[in-house]
Amino acid sequence: MDGFADLIGGFGAAVSPENLLWALIGVTLGTAVGVLPGIGPALTVALLLPLTFKLEATSSLIMFAGIYYGGMYGGSTTSILLNTPGESASIISALEGNKMARSGRGAAALATAAIGSFVAGTIATIGLSFVAPFMVDLALSFGPPEYFALMVVAFTTVAAVLGSSVLRGLVGLVIGVTIGLIGIDVQSGQARLTLGVPQLLDGVDVVIVVVGLFAVGEAITVLASGERRSTVTPAAGSRWLSRSDFRRSWRPWLRGTALGFPIGALPAGGAEIPTFLSYSAEKRLSKHPEEFGHGAIEGVAGPEAANNAAAAGVLVPLLALGLPTSATAAVILAGFQNYGIQPGPLLFSSNNALVWTLIASLYIGNVMLLVLNLPLVGIWVRLLQIPPYYLYAGIAVFATLGTYAIGGSTVDLMVLYAVGALGFLLRAADVPVAPAVVGLILGPLAEEQLRRSLAISQGDVSVLWSTPLCIALLVVAVAAIVLPPLARIAASNKATRSRDRVG
Amino acid sequence: MAHNPVSTGRRRSAAAALLAAGLTVTACAPSSGDDENSASGEAAGWPSGDVRIMAPADPGGGWDQTSRAIQDVLGNQLDASVEVYNVGGAGGTVGIAQFVQNEGDADELMTMGSIMVGAIETNNSPVTLDEVTPLARLIGEYEVIVAPENSPFQTIDDMVAAMEADLGSVAIAGGSAGGIEQILAGLMAQEIGADPAAVNYIPHSGGGEALATILSGRVQAGISGINEIREQIEAGQVRALAVSSPEPIEGIDAPTLTEAGLDIELANWRGMVAPAGIDPEQEQAAEDALAEMVESEEWQQVLADRGWEDQFQAGEEFEQFLDEEQERIRAVLEDLGLVGS
Repeated sequence: MDGFADLIGGFGAAVSPENLLWALIGVTLGTAVGVLPGIGPALTVALLLPLTFKLEATSSLIMFAGIYYGGMYGGSTTSILLNTPGESASIISALEGNKMARSGRGAAALATAAIGSFVAGTIATIGLSFVAPFMVDLALSFGPPEYFALMVVAFTTVAAVLGSSVLRGLVGLVIGVTIGLIGIDVQSGQARLTLGVPQLLDGVDVVIVVVGLFAVGEAITVLASGERRSTVTPAAGSRWLSRSDFRRSWRPWLRGTALGFPIGALPAGGAEIPTFLSYSAEKRLSKHPEEFGHGAIEGVAGPEAANNAAAAGVLVPLLALGLPTSATAAVILAGFQNYGIQPGPLLFSSNNALVWTLIASLYIGNVMLLVLNLPLVGIWVRLLQIPPYYLYAGIAVFATLGTYAIGGSTVDLMVLYAVGALGFLLRAADVPVAPAVVGLILGPLAEEQLRRSLAISQGDVSVLWSTPLCIALLVVAVAAIVLPPLARIAASNKATRSRDRVG
Repeated sequence: MAHNPVSTGRRRSAAAALLAAGLTVTACAPSSGDDENSASGEAAGWPSGDVRIMAPADPGGGWDQTSRAIQDVLGNQLDASVEVYNVGGAGGTVGIAQFVQNEGDADELMTMGSIMVGAIETNNSPVTLDEVTPLARLIGEYEVIVAPENSPFQTIDDMVAAMEADLGSVAIAGGSAGGIEQILAGLMAQEIGADPAAVNYIPHSGGGEALATILSGRVQAGISGINEIREQIEAGQVRALAVSSPEPIEGIDAPTLTEAGLDIELANWRGMVAPAGIDPEQEQAAEDALAEMVESEEWQQVLADRGWEDQFQAGEEFEQFLDEEQERIRAVLEDLGLVGS
């Protein structure tokens, strides 16, 4: 196996003390910025781009990849503990993770996130090493109609995050879609919902909306509640994962990986969609569905594995096609270009040693992240003992600084606080905010792919089911809607019948 | 003491300080200007202090990369520090609106290019390039028209014939609406006597996204910056049909559009402007400094690494080019129906 020999060679280069140091710096930085709301890995790598003029290519790319992986680990921490995701792929982890943290099981949630991230990151990196060419073929079979079908599947999973009231969930969803529509419409070039503000022409950054809805919204809610003491149950005695936690986690880890890696590898896939899909899959498959919404560990394990696997998946089109499919990947691509290296189909032959050293460093980075993050769990959960006033004041400061750092724009700050106020109102009205984020991410994507499909087919709707892949995805979507009610009816029938028999 | 060429911008140092709050920073600390503002500079008085370059786009894109390359090369050449800051958004129109506030300050520069010319029109920007002082055009990247592997088009003639027969049947993927790729598609339609607004152009928010659609084979053709798709051409995943340069491009086996009988030349060029109302002597000195930079070995190496074409042009020559380019792009955008006439 050629790839295997190359990989061994890559390990040889990656374990040099210098490269190990860069990987360590990268994962440490990545974890830290992942934790801070608003400051994500994309911004961090962008800030460090000038280093490429000073550093050797391998070293800086190893560091950038470390930041990227580290950001995915760190993003879950504040999501779980404080209900304030550091980046958009960790939103779903807040749903169950924060409930767990509030009931004293924060350590278990963080541990399942960290170990799940490690498992998923490692498996997905193996995938990147050996099935990248195959994944590229799969990715290229996705045209606009297939993406639209995938979005339909993702939308059908929204039901899982809608919360207890369908009506309230839909309100959240519509608000999210509306915010997502702000900006220049890609297809027609016309501005929508921008109120004449030029800074809104490119739309609102998803990170700002997420930080506004969750971090600022949560801070205002805490402030308004007037609660001076922590409402969180202090961490119960057991550290990390109990045996039963582990038993309930390992399947979600693997399923999350299986969803995250291929979808992350799609050029328009991203890391958020697999977390939605994973959450709904775990909710449906769980033996404890009643715990969902009250802190089910599966709901943390699955999505956290999914977002890390997707992070590795994103590297497939980046390295093999030169296609950046996330903000961080775009900045890393600029890093490659600073060295005169253009990732693409010929990268593996033209820069073989560099690519394999980079891939080898991803394995090493994953191990480092696990070693770094597990001991931190004990420290992080102590954050919860900080009185809420101080804690949320700190969060508001970081959210503000981080948002300003993204674009240096006061308009962004106004949007942040407007969205934060909206988040507070939604909480007060008992409208769940997670569907808003789902709508924000999926709405514009679905619209774009639908209109693009129809433009290519010149208005012929049948293009939407023109390939076997489209049909297969649409069947999954229909099944996701139809099967659960049918199963419930069947179950209740059976229950009635058995009761009859007893009676 | 030598200055630090990787000085960080205001925004970047703010964020760096922020990072420092929580963790160890590995980035170089911003150089703290050697307090020689008045002493430094050449005889003509440019720069009079530290030079600041606005990249009117987010980090990573073409303007950002150009600005940072200039920062590196010009920073070594001048006896002053050069810093780059980003003001992204709306094809550079957010940046230019902020930039014009520096009136009279020749140390403030902004990178711009053909994309900004188009964006000012399509976004109906209140601030235009009439309110800045053009210094020089620096580089250009040409566009290539490609067909996916499974496309029926073997040559540009096949594509032109299909467009003549049924314009709508040829779906062409490219970058954003009103951007350089759609302008090229519109110019092609004009050349064959068709309505540019009727071209079946499929816009994407970036070159990468367009590339994915082209590679999926759902469109019959695509238009892309040459460097963004060169690897795919070399790997045989797409066929190059024609290039938009005046001369054929080395390593790409395709004729120019002019050779194919379509009288079109189009470059995605980038240049440098200063605010309005600057001292003419300073303007001249800044242009001379850029001319000197372009000659340097370092700059030529940057061009070779990035695949950028040297398109240096300064002074009146550039001003005239800019006027003509604005005229031409506005006309096409009107024909495309993206700008009210």
